[in-house]
Amino acid sequence: MSFVEIAIFISLPIITVSMLIMVYRVAVGPSLEDRVVALDLIATTVIGFIAVYAIISNSTTILDVGIIIAMLAFLGTTAFAYYLERRSKS
Amino acid sequence: MSGIIDVVSAVLILSGAIFILISSIGLIKMPDIYMRMSATTKATTLGVGSILLGTALYFEEVGIITRAIIIIIFLFLTAPIGAHLIGRAAYFDGIPLWDKSIINELEGSFNPIEHVLYSEKFGSDEKVTLPREQTENNSD
Repeated sequence: MSFVEIAIFISLPIITVSMLIMVYRVAVGPSLEDRVVALDLIATTVIGFIAVYAIISNSTTILDVGIIIAMLAFLGTTAFAYYLERRSKS
Repeated sequence: MSGIIDVVSAVLILSGAIFILISSIGLIKMPDIYMRMSATTKATTLGVGSILLGTALYFEEVGIITRAIIIIIFLFLTAPIGAHLIGRAAYFDGIPLWDKSIINELEGSFNPIEHVLYSEKFGSDEKVTLPREQTENNSD
């Protein structure tokens, strides 16, 4: 085993556990804004997961999925913020 | 030479995972939505950035390095913007600050009835009684 494989086998459970903690915040979060922050964080973490998974599966094209997820996460956050601001206005 | 690159990319991936874990702990333990955002945005951006850098160093291909750098630049550009937007929406929505927070810079400069943010505090009467048509035109 090379160093990178050891690092992957340690870091994949760490990322998974932290994603579970973020899901707990999505379920519990007292306000809607907390849930939006946690969902944005989950989408950002998925990009890191994909980058680690690209090394395991040795497929280089999977990083394109990361680009798409980054764009979709920013778009969703912006839409939620706009909606929340409009909702508080009315 | 490739052994050194292996070690460097392993260290980058491990440190990125640990940064992501730290940010998720901050998401749980912080008492306030604003502190939660300040804990999560920075640490997660740094963690994912270092993981992508480790992946780019491991593959050593031009396409992978380009994609990783594109994702890193995009994250570094959009994470502060998204956090600012959600924080602004949360403040306007009336989410309270932590009760041990010391300073609230926007206190008194946001009118919760008309939903207009003034650049100065409106303490006097003349600024409170702004004409309604003017504020509606400004807000839209």
